[in-house]
Amino acid sequence: MPLDREQDKKPQNATQVPLLRLQALQSSHGGPFSLELAAGECVAILGASGSGKSVLLRMVADLDPHAGKAYLGNQVRDAMPAPEWRRKLVYQAAEPAWWEPTAAAHFSDADGPLVREMLGQLGLDTVLLDSDVTRLSTGQRQRLALVRSLVGRPQVLLLDEPTAALDQSSILAVEHLLRSRMEEGLAIIWVTHSEEQAGRVSTRRFEIRNKSLHPL
Amino acid sequence: MKPIQLDTLDLCIAAFLVLVDVVISIVLGLRLHKQVLLAAVRMVVQLLLVGFALRIVFTLSSPAMTLAIVALMVLAAAREVAGRPSQRLHGWANFRIGAIVVGVSSMATVLLALLTAIRPSPWYDPHYAIPLMGIVLGSVLNSASLGLDTFFGGVVKGRAEIEARLALGATCGQALAPLMRDSVRKGLIPIINQMSAAGIITLPGIMTGQILAGMDPVDAVKYQILLMFLLTGAGGLAAVGAVYLASWAVTDERHRLRLDRMVQ
Repeated sequence: MPLDREQDKKPQNATQVPLLRLQALQSSHGGPFSLELAAGECVAILGASGSGKSVLLRMVADLDPHAGKAYLGNQVRDAMPAPEWRRKLVYQAAEPAWWEPTAAAHFSDADGPLVREMLGQLGLDTVLLDSDVTRLSTGQRQRLALVRSLVGRPQVLLLDEPTAALDQSSILAVEHLLRSRMEEGLAIIWVTHSEEQAGRVSTRRFEIRNKSLHPL
Repeated sequence: MKPIQLDTLDLCIAAFLVLVDVVISIVLGLRLHKQVLLAAVRMVVQLLLVGFALRIVFTLSSPAMTLAIVALMVLAAAREVAGRPSQRLHGWANFRIGAIVVGVSSMATVLLALLTAIRPSPWYDPHYAIPLMGIVLGSVLNSASLGLDTFFGGVVKGRAEIEARLALGATCGQALAPLMRDSVRKGLIPIINQMSAAGIITLPGIMTGQILAGMDPVDAVKYQILLMFLLTGAGGLAAVGAVYLASWAVTDERHRLRLDRMVQ
C-alpha cells in the first residue's frame, strides 16, 4: 500500500497502522488533502474563511463526491457502507442542525446515562434536553451537538469550529471532555480559527492555503 | 332519451354572458376585458379543434392512432409535472420523472378500467380510452406535481437537517423519510378533498355531463364512483412514484445528498 506523503512530527511505531489515512482527497472545491492520524491524536486545521476547511471535513465524512482514498485502520472506505463509515467518523458542522423539536428526541433511551454524564461535564442542565431546541442559545446547542456526536462512540471526530459560540470557561470544559475521550483513543480533526486553541488541543497543526494542507 | 343538440345560436346567446363580464371590467376599471375576451376565444378555438380531432379519431378507431394520441397526452402532462415545482433537477431529469410517473400510473389505471369495468369492444375503442385518459391525467398531474414540489422544496430548505442525520450515520432513506411522507401526503390531499366534496359541495363533471346527456342519475353516479376510484389509485401511484424517483435523483450510492444535481 502506498504510504502517505505528509511527514509526521511525532515519532510513531512504524509497524503500527495509523487509525485514519487520507490519500489525496480532492474535488473541485479543494485538495488534494493527504493526512495520517493516530488513535488518540488531534490535528488542528487553521486557515482563512473559505479556504476549504469544511470542504476537507465533508470529504473525510464522504458527504460530497470527490476523488482519493481513505482508510480506517486496514479498512478501505469504499468497501464499507457510507452510513457505517459515518458512524465511525462523525462530522459535526459549524452550525449543527436539529430535526426534532427537542434535543432529547435526538437520543435513544439507552443513551440516557452517557448523555447526562456528558452534560454534567459540559456544565449543561439536563432540563435543556426537553426544551424547544430553537429556544436554546447557540452555545447551548453547540455543546448539545457535541454530546450528540460523541454518544455513538465514534473513532474519529471531525469538528468544524465546535467552540465558536462559547465563553472561555465553556471552551475549556469542551476541550477537557474531548481530551478525556482522546485518552480513550478518539482521534480528532479539529477546525478552528484560534491559534491558542490549536496549541492547547492538538499535537500537529496545519494551515489550508491554496486548497492544500501546509504543516505549521 | 336523446341528448339535446345545441346549435350556434344557443352558444351565441350564452356568449352574451362573457360580454357582461367585459362590461363589468370596463365599468369598474379592472382592465381585464382584453384577457377575458382573449381567454374566451382561445377556449372556443381549442375545444373546437379537440372536438374535430376526436371526431376523426373516433371514426378511424385505429389502435395506432389512439395510442399516438394517448402518448401525446402523457407527454404533455409529463411536461406540466416537470415544470410546476419551483425547484428542479438539472437537464431532463424532471421530465423523465414526470413521464415515467404519469405514464405508468395513468395507463395502469385506465387499462384496469377498460379491461374489467367498462369493457368496450374493442377494448381500445377511443370513445372510452381517450376521455378516461384525459380525466385520469388531470388528477395524476395534480398529485405528482404537488408531491414533487413539496419534496424538492423540502430538500433545499431542510438540507442542514438531512445532512446532519447523514453525518451521524443515517441512511438516505432514514434521513429523507419524514420529508417523503410529507410530500406523498400533500400529493394525496386533492383527491381526498375531491372524494369528500363529491355530491355535497360539487356535482362532479362526468356525472353532470352524463345526466345532461340523458343518462339515468344513478347510472351516472356509478360511472362517477368508478372514476373517483380510478383517480384515487392513479393519484396515489403518481404521488408515491414521483417522490421516490425524486429521492433517488437527489441521493447517490454513498448516501449523500446531491443538491448539485438541482438547479440552484
